[in-house]
Amino acid sequence: MRPEKKDIDELSGIETTGHSWDGIKELNTPSPRWWLIIFIVSCVWAVGYWFYYPAWPTLTGNGERGGTEGTAGWTQYKQLEEQQAEIVARKAAYQSRFDAADFSTIQNDEELYAFAIAGGKSAFKDNCATCHGTGGAGGPGYPNLNDDDWIWGGTIEDIQQTLQYGIRGNHDETRFNEMPAYADILDAEDIEAVADYVVAKAAGNALPERGAVVFEENCAACHGEDAKGLRELGGPNLADAIWLYADDRNAIVSQIRKPKHGIMPAWEGRLSPSTIRQLTIYVHSLGGGEK
Amino acid sequence: MSDTAAPLKLFAKKERVFPKRVWGTFRKIKWVAMVTLLGIYYLAPFLRWDRGEFAPDQAILIDMPARRAYFFFIEIWPQEVYYLTGILIVAAVSLFLVTSLFGRVWCGYACPQTVWTDLFVWVERIVQGDRAKRMKLHKSKWTFEKIWKMALTHSIWLVIGMLTGGAWVFYFNDAPTLLEQIIHLDVPMSVISWVIALTLSTYIMAGFAREQVCEYMCPYARFQSAMFDKDTLIISYDEDRGEKRGKHKKGESWEGRGHCIDCTACVQVCPVGIDIRDGLQMDCIACGLCIDACDDIMDKIDLPRGLIKYDTTTQLEKRREGIHEKLQIFRTRTFYYFGILAVVGSVILYGLLNRAETELHVLHDRNPLFVQLSDGTVRNGYDIKILNKTHADRHFILSAAGIDGAKIRMQGAGKIEADDLTVFADSVGHFRLFLSAPKPAAKRHEIVFELRDTSGALVETYDSVFISEKP
Repeated sequence: MRPEKKDIDELSGIETTGHSWDGIKELNTPSPRWWLIIFIVSCVWAVGYWFYYPAWPTLTGNGERGGTEGTAGWTQYKQLEEQQAEIVARKAAYQSRFDAADFSTIQNDEELYAFAIAGGKSAFKDNCATCHGTGGAGGPGYPNLNDDDWIWGGTIEDIQQTLQYGIRGNHDETRFNEMPAYADILDAEDIEAVADYVVAKAAGNALPERGAVVFEENCAACHGEDAKGLRELGGPNLADAIWLYADDRNAIVSQIRKPKHGIMPAWEGRLSPSTIRQLTIYVHSLGGGEK
Repeated sequence: MSDTAAPLKLFAKKERVFPKRVWGTFRKIKWVAMVTLLGIYYLAPFLRWDRGEFAPDQAILIDMPARRAYFFFIEIWPQEVYYLTGILIVAAVSLFLVTSLFGRVWCGYACPQTVWTDLFVWVERIVQGDRAKRMKLHKSKWTFEKIWKMALTHSIWLVIGMLTGGAWVFYFNDAPTLLEQIIHLDVPMSVISWVIALTLSTYIMAGFAREQVCEYMCPYARFQSAMFDKDTLIISYDEDRGEKRGKHKKGESWEGRGHCIDCTACVQVCPVGIDIRDGLQMDCIACGLCIDACDDIMDKIDLPRGLIKYDTTTQLEKRREGIHEKLQIFRTRTFYYFGILAVVGSVILYGLLNRAETELHVLHDRNPLFVQLSDGTVRNGYDIKILNKTHADRHFILSAAGIDGAKIRMQGAGKIEADDLTVFADSVGHFRLFLSAPKPAAKRHEIVFELRDTSGALVETYDSVFISEKP
């Protein structure tokens, strides 16, 4: 209850609210007028906002937009669609030319090449970096895409084929091979011998005789007589300085006994043909691309 | 018993200042300064300066989208923004020097806040009349006369504000093109928003805030006292001559009293609303209008001018001893300021005259750091940027020194060779470079990229590394 007479605080000269707790009185200091006006205006503004924008959730709705529509017709879905359409429209300037051009045309056209690299780089980070690393440097079991050692071929067409259909992938056209587990075929000594042979071959040292025999009988069919690999069969080059799994002798023995095989998924159907082509050009540009 | 004392108020309500019209030397200087400065501000963007076909021909232009700044013969790229720092240092030290010599002449005559406020007060006076009329109008009820006079004043202020903002945007766009766009009402959004922002800020700062900007917002007004000494020119009231002040009737003797007749002319004309007779104050912008006002009164009552004048403390003290002291220009303080100015100025000038027309930047790939190749050699990748600041296309030869058996390969659209890299006029050439070499002894091998022009002369070098093993 407000007292009928204004209760003025003696010390400050300000009116009190009349409430008293243990003899302490609260001063009546109302919020400033300007603040109050802004507050009321904001409340009125908010009402207009409800009608102008989608604001109230409704029980019914088409699932996606379960709320009032708003007279402005604006929604975040529409905004997203518009922004995406804008990106597509901006890309369209190059997209049709890109789609019509073959690889060599693109690689000789500054604009189309930049378009492919930009698109490929971004698609690579989204889809490929998980296994091959953001810089495409790979890791044990995941090929380094920067180097010049290609298991299934490094021309631009080879790269496109690998991307489209995968390796040991889930596509009908996928390329496939499997190295037998030699633990079941050769005895331990032969395996040791052929491992020595491979190590010597890669290092360019004198080749052990027994290993050479074992290699020729068991390995040369896929890895080639000279151990430089056979790309048609996906037999890796064993005579170079690059190793997919590891370069120490134990790892080689282990790979001969019970080989590990990686899987590259097929990207056809998951990525658009244009994106696959952009990725192809990007991977080819990393440094190892072959003519 | 307790006193019901009013609570201490830290907030003083601002008294509105209505400066009276004044004639005289300093008023003339202020008019000339205003016309000159506004003239420069409005016309400078239309000056042309030929830079060839690849660069804009506007003498003063800050081209944000292209990231270039032009000032007559000077052209600055974003990475050369330190020139701007240098120019700001020169501006600051010049201000120190001038202030230590002549007091706050910048504040009084040249500061945009002063110039535009002066212009706005002039408009106010033309529409509403001089001080007394304006004060009366301010206090009066909202009559028809008050409404139209206020409306007209504020409209003109807004127009001036708009022209201010309008001129500002010309410094960031090609002026004739933008003028044409404005005439056709086809103006980019960025321009519109800048014009609106500057219209409002001019309107508020020169129309309402006025002297409060100098008193509360401007840091320079506060720290300038650090540049003052006994030999700095300040506007001062000659107390020895003026006191005791008091009203004076014509024919009365001047014996036993001062020359100040307490007419308050100096107070009435003051744009910041102070009484200069109280001595040097932080609020005083040293515009000299009180000198004009006082001299005018002194003429009328047949007394010598100079009761209020530009004076130094030293001069005042010497005068008491009966000595006429000249203004001391050469002092330790001015010597230091001048010295700093000369050093910074020379450094900037040297920098500008020896500005590199070509720059080479090399960024070693971080991912991957290096690539092992089949034949046992190692490859490193580099991002190369060549800046061609001239206004002609140029060709360069790039090579790497410091590593044996290195092979360079350029990667990009078409066929690019390291011995013929084309960089277009006034632009940055961006290249990918692969360097392959047999493994050097060190994991991290220092190398140097060398850029030569087509004649084979070394233009630029850039230190980089060749990495062959994990660190």
